[in-house]
Amino acid sequence: MFTTLSDFGGSIFEDLRRIQREMDDLFGFGQQLSTGIRSPQPGAFPPVNIGSTDESVDVYLFAPGLDPKSMDISIQQNLLTISGKREGVKEVENTNFYRRERFSGTFKRVITLPDDVDPENVDATYKEGVLHVQVQRKESSKPRLIQVK
Amino acid sequence: MATTAKEVVRQEEQQLQTKREPERIMRPPVDIYENEDGIVVVADMPGVSKERLNVRVENEKLVIEGDAELPVKENMEPIYADIRTTHYRRDFTLSGELDTDKVDAVLKDGVLTIKIPKLEEHKPRKIEVKVA
Repeated sequence: MFTTLSDFGGSIFEDLRRIQREMDDLFGFGQQLSTGIRSPQPGAFPPVNIGSTDESVDVYLFAPGLDPKSMDISIQQNLLTISGKREGVKEVENTNFYRRERFSGTFKRVITLPDDVDPENVDATYKEGVLHVQVQRKESSKPRLIQVK
Repeated sequence: MATTAKEVVRQEEQQLQTKREPERIMRPPVDIYENEDGIVVVADMPGVSKERLNVRVENEKLVIEGDAELPVKENMEPIYADIRTTHYRRDFTLSGELDTDKVDAVLKDGVLTIKIPKLEEHKPRKIEVKVA
């Protein structure tokens, strides 16, 4: 017989991993805790990655299963707003759901970009469920090579 | 091309490292439902192309694995990242009434839909109640 039910928990490694996860959450390593005033709670849909180069700021939204036409992307100065709607799986008669982890409904994310982006120069592509928004930096703020005479 | 001893050592070190430190894994969120025909698993795997997706049945388990690829530019510096790994993996234990030879998987816009039909003899039949 099992001495206690908690024996089901498994090995000591499982416990160590749990502790590590809790520490990560506590100190914000696991999910980089953003202090941005417009940043949503961890786990919000869609997850976002942002990268920067000298020429542009690139925003990647992990938003699978969307109709690109249903997405609304707008930019005002350095505020990028992306909103849309994702339909859930249609419920038919005699369907029994066991899990519903995928996001469904409307979403909106507002992202503060660096100040030197050019709102006139934005390009968006949707591929394999990732929306890639490229915002060029203003011509004046791009690095220039200065010739020494 | 000859590989120098140094390179061999480096390769071995790298292999050891990958063994010691398992890669961070992302569990894709799923919807699972059942109807008369079978079970359907829908998984969100943005960034994964057909070529980098692996769906298989192994030891009575349905294994979903994939690697996401991002159009990242050279010299790009990360400013913010919700997603920290590109490797997706999740598995589910199947049950005997499912026909694992007829699994059907479709990937569209980063959404993977897997249909696992039930064996013919396990499909529900309506039982007529006769009035005596």
